[in-house]
Amino acid sequence: MPSEATLSAGRVPAGSIGVRLRRIRYRLRIPLFCYVALLPVLLLFFYVRIIPIGFGFILSLYRWNMISPRKPFVGLANYIQLFGDENFIAALKNTTIYSFATVILTTILALPLAVFLSRQSRLSPFYQTVYFLPVITPLIPMSIAWKWIYDYNYGILNYLLSLVGLPAVPWLTDPSIALWAVILMTVWKQLGYAMVLYLVGLRNIPQEYAEAANIDGATDTQRFWRITLPLLRPILLYVLVTSSISSFNVFAQVYVMTVGSQTAPGNALRVLVYDIYTNAFQFLHMGYASAEAVMLTMIVLGLTLIQFRAVRSDTARET
Amino acid sequence: MVVGKRTRLQRIGHLAAHTVLMAGALVMVMPMIWMLVTAFKPPAEIALWPPVFWPRQPTTANFTGAFQAAPFGRFFANSVAYAVVCTLSVLTTSLVAGTVFGKYRFPLRGFLFGLVLATAIVPFEAYMIPLYLQLVQVEWINTVQGIVLPYLFMAFGIFLMRQHVASAIPTELMEAARVDGAGEWWIMRRVIAPLSGNALAAVAILAFNQAWAMLIWPLLVANDQSLFNMELGLTTFQFAFSNDTGKLMAGSVVSVVPMLIVFLLMRRRIIENMALTGLKG
Repeated sequence: MPSEATLSAGRVPAGSIGVRLRRIRYRLRIPLFCYVALLPVLLLFFYVRIIPIGFGFILSLYRWNMISPRKPFVGLANYIQLFGDENFIAALKNTTIYSFATVILTTILALPLAVFLSRQSRLSPFYQTVYFLPVITPLIPMSIAWKWIYDYNYGILNYLLSLVGLPAVPWLTDPSIALWAVILMTVWKQLGYAMVLYLVGLRNIPQEYAEAANIDGATDTQRFWRITLPLLRPILLYVLVTSSISSFNVFAQVYVMTVGSQTAPGNALRVLVYDIYTNAFQFLHMGYASAEAVMLTMIVLGLTLIQFRAVRSDTARET
Repeated sequence: MVVGKRTRLQRIGHLAAHTVLMAGALVMVMPMIWMLVTAFKPPAEIALWPPVFWPRQPTTANFTGAFQAAPFGRFFANSVAYAVVCTLSVLTTSLVAGTVFGKYRFPLRGFLFGLVLATAIVPFEAYMIPLYLQLVQVEWINTVQGIVLPYLFMAFGIFLMRQHVASAIPTELMEAARVDGAGEWWIMRRVIAPLSGNALAAVAILAFNQAWAMLIWPLLVANDQSLFNMELGLTTFQFAFSNDTGKLMAGSVVSVVPMLIVFLLMRRRIIENMALTGLKG
């Protein structure tokens, strides 16, 4: 390399082929390094992301059971069939309710929590740690723990209800209640994460605004609605959209808490990923399940576009 | 007088707020504590109505029973191994690709980086079927490499590293190293990596969590119990022993406690890093 450095400085007279070649090599050195460095990463990237995503789109236009050599092209038939499929409609509905309900409930709880904890208090770090604990606990064991809490016969939740004279609730065996049981559990799990994000946002609001408001005699409530909330808007918006996007692929807690429980077999709470999973790997409807997976991608893409729009109009308003 | 009244009111308000926060904190830890105390109860106490909180005759039978019924040690070791391999791979690929995208100019740079970003939002579950079929073709189903493969790469990690390298690493520093005769790989290892501790830590936490939490992919790909990770092991164990609450709780405790210990040891760092990565999308 040192020799190349002197070469580029032009001390060696140009002309001979060897020198010119070396010069070209030097000029290509950086791009060459880039491609050599990126090659393994890109190979992996193509194999585990690009190819399957593309392959999935193609597969969704076929009817195929994975075993049979017959694989007829059916065009958009899978998609048309999806919209007449009760299971798919139910899954779509449940997943949408789940996503928006978890996100809204989490925000309603996390925002006041963050506002309170953002004021320096001796107990603040303690609360932060405790509320963050569920975030880092693995999902499956905690789903099992919550399943025990929701247990119809011996669960403490029904015990607490019985203390105030309420009847026992079949938390996980009735799909329409199970949806809310899963939502509640997920809010418990995600609350701390949203809290921390809002705390960062609140810390970034300049202190002068609050001081000015105090001098003008604003009450705490006025300060929250007129100053804190508008300034927190970008982060709030961002967190709302990204967490609803990431909620659309809910699966693990639903699978553990509502599928195949011995007390109520077959009363699974239908969500999109579970429906994709059963269509593909139990009924071997690979093409049909792929169409469903493409729908999931489309929903997520749609929400992302909404987010881009919202963020752009938000920054446009500020400037 | 007015001032005094207001501070008294404020004090009452504060007390009320702390009461609510404490109650909330109790709700946060209750599921874990309930899991823990149940794991130490003999079956007869678990089926008591009304339930008792503390085990009257604490026993470790649930733990020994759970370990006899399923190889939880194996599951745990597998989870650790998968998560470590995936984390190392994500760290390497993110550092390399992040550096190249962040500090070098070359043809197709914008296109390739855009492609990486565009796939970052597509959920894994949306392309797991074709990926599964690909692995059937190369006969990687039911192998370790098949299980970890999709988690070896993280588009978001590359994005985070690129943002960090592009903004926080001074280009002059790289130039200086180059003048001293350093190669590009050397610069990446000795200049960029040491200056990227925080960003790398954030990517590592994310990658580790993601790999640890995988369920649906091993559910598809791992057939032998010896390949199960903790999450899948617990799930299948749950279906097989759904009436044996004590053992289920014991298995869950084994899976949760190490994570809690790691978290409590590195609490500040983990919370801060997760907050930063959460806001950088």
